[in-house]
Amino acid sequence: MFVRLSAAVAAVSMLCGAALAQGAKPTDPQIAHIAYTAGVIDIEAAKQALHKTKNKEVRSFAEDMVRDHEAVNKQALALVKKLNVTPEDNATSKTLTKNAADKRAELAKLNGAAFDKAYVENEVAYHKAVDSALETTLIPSSNNAELKNLLQTGLKIFQGHELHAEHIAASLR
Amino acid sequence: MMPRRILPIATALLLGTFVSAHAATIQISVENMVFAPAETTAKVGDSIEWINKDIVAHTATARNGDFDVTIPPKKAGTLILKKAGTVDYYCRFHPNMKAALIVTP
Repeated sequence: MFVRLSAAVAAVSMLCGAALAQGAKPTDPQIAHIAYTAGVIDIEAAKQALHKTKNKEVRSFAEDMVRDHEAVNKQALALVKKLNVTPEDNATSKTLTKNAADKRAELAKLNGAAFDKAYVENEVAYHKAVDSALETTLIPSSNNAELKNLLQTGLKIFQGHELHAEHIAASLR
Repeated sequence: MMPRRILPIATALLLGTFVSAHAATIQISVENMVFAPAETTAKVGDSIEWINKDIVAHTATARNGDFDVTIPPKKAGTLILKKAGTVDYYCRFHPNMKAALIVTP
């Protein structure tokens, strides 16, 4: 389990690390795309959980994820429209989407308590990875003040999700 | 002749007027996933107004089940304090957000 978790975390951190190593700082249109994609991924994961789980706590957590990530992404869309920026697809977004699809397929095979545990543990790892990417790469790299501000707002919200997921993960153990 | 039970009602009405005349509205900010201040002192009859500055919805939910106020994004949620005591509350959507109300008579 640990191996799989760290693999998930490594995926995002490596992506951002790699981008930094190449000196290819993500541009604002790329950052907007990555942040939005990361939100969509978590909404899809939550929808899968809502479809599969029978656990009350896991269900309400998944509902929280849909509500919050939809709210943040709505703001993100409004901002890119206001700034007249077109989010630009990029390698990080593509890898995130690919990894998420793999994860969903893996979770689809699980049921009951095994699904709940795997979903919540992945939520812990995923939010950790996204929060770390925001802190170390996306926020420092963003040029536009409003974009930076929205990412910082997102970080606070996602750190809350991380704690919430950790709390549920502990109760499922 | 005035029935005996009118008196308590009249007194309650008067008292109600008296209390509301002195009732205050106390604001608690909800920003960046934090209730501020974390501890608020108020009196029975006062109103608590949670001002949500976040883009996500929150709740102020009493641990003891006394209240459950929804606070929509960029809006406020209000509660009129009905009884004295210390109530720990949290946000149901983000359970790591915690605070307390200290309600004096």
